[in-house]
Amino acid sequence: MTHRQSKVLRVGSLARVEGEGALHLILRAREVDQARLQIYEPPRFFEAFLRGRSYTEPPDITSRVCGICPIAYQLSACRAVEDACGVVVDGQLAALRRLLYCGEWIESQTLHIYLLHAPDFLGADSAIDLARTRRADVERGLRLKQAGNAILELLGGRAIHPVNVRLGGFHRVPAVSELRSLAERLRRARDDAEQTVRWVAGFDFPDAGCDNELLALAEPGTYAIESGTPTAMTAPSAAGLPADHDRALPTRTFGVRTFGEHVVETQVPHSTALHSLLDGRRHLTGSLARYAISGGRLSTIAVQAAQDAGLGDPREGVVCRNPFRSIIVRAVEVLYAVDEALRIIDAYEPPPHPYLDVPPRAATGHGATEAPRGLLYHRYTLDANGTLTDASLVPPTAQNQGAIEEDLRRLVEERLGSGEPTEAELTALCERAIRNHDPCISCSTHFLKLTVERS
Amino acid sequence: MTEEAGQDTGRPKLAVWKFASCDGCQLTLLDCEDELLGIADQLRISYFLEASSGPGPGPYDLSLVEGSVTTGQDVERIRYIREVSRRLVTIGACATAGGVQALRNYADVAEFRSVVYARPDYIQTLATSTPISAHVPVDFELRGCPIDRGQLIEVITAYLAGRTPDVPAHSVCFECKRRGTVCVTVAHGTPCLGPVTHAGCGALCPAYGRGCYGCFGPSGSTNFPAFVPLLRRDGMDTLDVVRVLRTFNTAAPEFDAASRKEQHG
Repeated sequence: MTHRQSKVLRVGSLARVEGEGALHLILRAREVDQARLQIYEPPRFFEAFLRGRSYTEPPDITSRVCGICPIAYQLSACRAVEDACGVVVDGQLAALRRLLYCGEWIESQTLHIYLLHAPDFLGADSAIDLARTRRADVERGLRLKQAGNAILELLGGRAIHPVNVRLGGFHRVPAVSELRSLAERLRRARDDAEQTVRWVAGFDFPDAGCDNELLALAEPGTYAIESGTPTAMTAPSAAGLPADHDRALPTRTFGVRTFGEHVVETQVPHSTALHSLLDGRRHLTGSLARYAISGGRLSTIAVQAAQDAGLGDPREGVVCRNPFRSIIVRAVEVLYAVDEALRIIDAYEPPPHPYLDVPPRAATGHGATEAPRGLLYHRYTLDANGTLTDASLVPPTAQNQGAIEEDLRRLVEERLGSGEPTEAELTALCERAIRNHDPCISCSTHFLKLTVERS
Repeated sequence: MTEEAGQDTGRPKLAVWKFASCDGCQLTLLDCEDELLGIADQLRISYFLEASSGPGPGPYDLSLVEGSVTTGQDVERIRYIREVSRRLVTIGACATAGGVQALRNYADVAEFRSVVYARPDYIQTLATSTPISAHVPVDFELRGCPIDRGQLIEVITAYLAGRTPDVPAHSVCFECKRRGTVCVTVAHGTPCLGPVTHAGCGALCPAYGRGCYGCFGPSGSTNFPAFVPLLRRDGMDTLDVVRVLRTFNTAAPEFDAASRKEQHG
């Protein structure tokens, strides 16, 4: 066996992602021997210290896993504990939860589109850099983001780690008049969201595809956000189709209570975040998965915007598997969330009481919701006094890690196949590929430094 | 940021750093939608990885540090950051009081590791989560889980103007009175940490009908011997008192001492 001198390339930390990680590539000639996404965010041990806490505490405590999507944590926690206690929150309280979650989708997805992702397509280092040449676009993004925050601040008290969510509902529910003034702002935001879809649709998109299974919640008659049944779409590779196959493939569902039997977490030496597989195969959650599984259930305005943006008609089973185009899908989801928030506000009647009583009982409960970055699952076991004896949190980024690594491997191999890329080119390509998936590394535990080893 | 050197003469350089945390406090800077571009005109956001892929070299005039120290590498990194920073301000409960992850300080971290990881031997971590001030001198500590947007802008503008930030250390009760919120303890017998909690949130929780849960940490003056009996009168037992003090600011000395006294008598 001959050993050629290996080459190690070190590149600075990956920026414009949430959290801290590194990427290690081992190249052998024109092939990628290994692509390892290293998440080295120090572990914070939430699952360990939740044991011994009261069953009323997970909504407040787990929101601190992630400052970017606290509502996702609060509502997955509520659903799981309520499931254990046999309580179902419905009617206007459920509608208000969905409204609050729409606020988080608008704020968080707009943050990703404008501040983290768009600079990649426009050759800028940051949105602040971008504002020098495209101030009106950046201002539109900040205004839209602010509209999402306005929902969070009214319904939740504040945008980061809101205080108003509790088991069974809310500490306080808003008056009709409070929501009416919010609606005026959201009508302006709907115009900004429509313009955002048009803006990102004009970017240049490389050809690419992902051949993972797709996993998202699905609900009859609506685009699943705060509840639903886990639904998996077959991978094109399993059907002998190319990675960028853009038609819907067969789906299967499983109850959220069996989530742990289907999505199995494993630990890898190179990351503090756990990896997971869906029935033994790589899978992807998030905007591309939701759009593939529930795109036909979007509102008329969102479907029309998707078609105008070149995504095809989701009602006819057209899906998007190009990770670069996920920015368009996110923009469509923001438009939907604004439209949906307005629909909920129009139909709002204050419920008779801000919350349902949730008495404790000895049981295990399961809850899953659609965080902006994908399906977030919580499981808690409590004793008869309501003390937690076990907790499990499965965030979207931990599920997506395998799919992101595969995406990196494919893109780098394609690039190696078409010439001799410089280190800077490879780094830029990998960083883009990772930002396409909007990894929230703080969730999965946290940040990114690229190392390339060539042999 | 890709900027021409000449453009930046005289503009102070800001850096934002992250340790163990949820990103929420640095997100607060991006949540200043009305002020963000104005701030960026006044100073050069030189190092802020969550927002920019073009990090600029130090030294920095003002460093904002989020997160707590939980690994050996963190200890080295915060010393480096101190060396390259003229002013160092911690932002948030993790950086000022160890954060929620400081709950490990009361536990066996090896056992914590084995609960979360099948292969605990892959995981490098310290047995404690400590605030930044435990490792290097800090110029100012901004409290909150998360920090307040208004207070963050006050801190940045104060340092731009070369003055001390005006962030009062009084309790949440003052903010409640100012807001005109009826006291939830007096009116409803709801346990509330307002009397011992640092102001800054605007007394949000009472305004939403719940008791303060102490996310801004201890105020400038606390009187736990007088305060804890109030919590008990309103229905909290020893475990409840310990839990509420041991959450997001568990390693703040005042909360730590009070919770230990409750637990051990």
